[in-house]
Amino acid sequence: MKLGYPKNGKFGEFGGRYIPETLVPAVEELEEAYLKYKDDAEFKKELRYYLTQYAGRPTPLYLAENLTKFAGGAKIYLKREDLLHGGAHKINNTLGQGLLAKRMKKKRIIAETGAGQHGVATAMACAALGMNGEVYMGYKDTQRQKLNVFRMNLLGSKVHPVKEGTQTLKDAINEAIRDWITNVKSTYYLLGSAVGPHPYPVMVRDFQSVIGEEILAQMKKLEKKSPDSVVACVGGGSNAIGTFYPLIDEDTKMFGVEAGGEGIKSGHHSATLLGGSKGVLHGMLTYLLQDKEGQISETHSVSAGLDYPGVGPEHSYLKDAKRVKYDAVNDKEAVEAFLLLSKQEGIIPALESAHAIAYAVKIARNMPKSESIVVTLSGRGDKDVEEVGRYLSKNVKNKK
Amino acid sequence: MSRIKNKFQYLRSKNQKALIAYVMTGFPSEKDTLSAVRGLVKGGADIIELGMPFSDPLADGPVIQNAGFQALQKGMNFSKFLALVKKIRKETDIPLVLMTYTNILYSHGYEKFISTVKRAGIDGLILPDMSINESGDFLQAAKKNKMDAIFLISPNTSPDRIRKISNASSGFLYLVSVFGTTGGQQQFQDYTVHAIKNAKKILHGKIPLGVGFGVSNPDQARFIIKSGADAIIVGSAFLRLMESTPSEKIEHKIGQFTASLKKATITE
Repeated sequence: MKLGYPKNGKFGEFGGRYIPETLVPAVEELEEAYLKYKDDAEFKKELRYYLTQYAGRPTPLYLAENLTKFAGGAKIYLKREDLLHGGAHKINNTLGQGLLAKRMKKKRIIAETGAGQHGVATAMACAALGMNGEVYMGYKDTQRQKLNVFRMNLLGSKVHPVKEGTQTLKDAINEAIRDWITNVKSTYYLLGSAVGPHPYPVMVRDFQSVIGEEILAQMKKLEKKSPDSVVACVGGGSNAIGTFYPLIDEDTKMFGVEAGGEGIKSGHHSATLLGGSKGVLHGMLTYLLQDKEGQISETHSVSAGLDYPGVGPEHSYLKDAKRVKYDAVNDKEAVEAFLLLSKQEGIIPALESAHAIAYAVKIARNMPKSESIVVTLSGRGDKDVEEVGRYLSKNVKNKK
Repeated sequence: MSRIKNKFQYLRSKNQKALIAYVMTGFPSEKDTLSAVRGLVKGGADIIELGMPFSDPLADGPVIQNAGFQALQKGMNFSKFLALVKKIRKETDIPLVLMTYTNILYSHGYEKFISTVKRAGIDGLILPDMSINESGDFLQAAKKNKMDAIFLISPNTSPDRIRKISNASSGFLYLVSVFGTTGGQQQFQDYTVHAIKNAKKILHGKIPLGVGFGVSNPDQARFIIKSGADAIIVGSAFLRLMESTPSEKIEHKIGQFTASLKKATITE
């Protein structure tokens, strides 16, 4: 079932390259460079160096005993990507692509960001590797994730608020692609999720696979076997594919958790794989949230990082192949899990990761105590405290 | 023979180049689109491109983005688009090209979409995010329905790829004149001239070369034609004019502007 490096960038029927012609030479150049360096000893050594010495890998696999007791079933382990430099898994990818961009002699880096985590990770990689970063961010997201905007500025990157369309992640990607079309020769587009035209989905997956590889090694040490289940949240799906991919050939059940927003039936959600249909956006064929005429739908989630109407094409493939079960957790459950993990374990999870926590607690209940679940805690939640505060005060008001 | 091919043959016999004009359907309103089309026909446009709005137009600059956004806000949709095309077809035999994004076709199904718009009177399709590498099913449906598939090339497209793309194209080949999105440019750089000359050399007269993205006035049109283009494609400039013109004057104003551009395509 492992697809390796897919020919023509296709995961079954998904993926591919649906892009303006101007970008074709750019993605070809990128693919050539990636194929040249991905197994290059010098490149791998340098990436390993930055991942350990700069980002703080390997991350711990922490047995959340209190949460396990609370759920009353399977053991719940947390893969602590929240402890990475910058506070999220995103740095795994930005260091990888940053080093690649450097070898491609591109000095100007552009990126998109939703919650701001990828923007921050890009800004960090740019500062560390001596490159200039510019980050596109939906205006609505700049408002709800002010802390990250401030961090990006501090780290020396320029933030461009995007006021087009829905002013969220998808519009930030549109704008970054427009910039790339305009400055194609000088600029490297550092995409933050396992989405976009080939080779981005496979490249981001590879850079994030360090998560699943470590989980496998750590579980073999701790439990003498691969995990019985793994759970990760899915927006674009980079932390999830990084968690799943190395475990695909193991005897491990896999769960991808999408943002159910105000409920799938309400129409206000971002659960692309659950509520979507096949289509073409941002250079790839994948499941999308769209209307019957192919217009992309407005999405909703309390977490800006999951607020995206598409999903990585490899997830679409894994859904149809039934290797991963995709489900959704709504805003309310996610906020509850945010509060729960904070109180039970003293760990404030990102709202994105809180979706995975909520789901893990749900399934742990129905699993025997002898089994174990690994949840990828993709990021920490400091950035979300204001948003959670707003959510809580709004909902208390609504109840009155 | 297709209306588009016919038109180019006719223009060649008259020693003229083609003026291809783009308008966004439903912007500022469906009625205004119809007035604009009338102005385009009267002013002497040779081919009309009808934009169908898409929520995420990543190859478009601010003007077309905004036009599409407003059209969607006002409820532009596929059935209204078809009704508009049928109305236009009753008035004129001018070649009509539909410009939109791949997902609009994909969501209906290539075959179903293409056969439906063909029946309504569309002669060709332009999809800025349809790469020839992914175009198998699309091309099959286009061929079956005798629909011209107009692909795009860019100043950085390799000669080998230009050959491949031109082999897959029918009607004309669309050269994106600049590195950038659609919309006005101040001045073209040398690389645009070079790209036109290079493409013409490779095409060897097998298919007409249209040049667009950033052509917005008669001087630029003349410059692009002097560089060797068989057609100039103007879009954002028409939309800007429509935006600043009251509804009742759109037909007249668009007609005047079209005539000034058309003049540039007539080589003495």
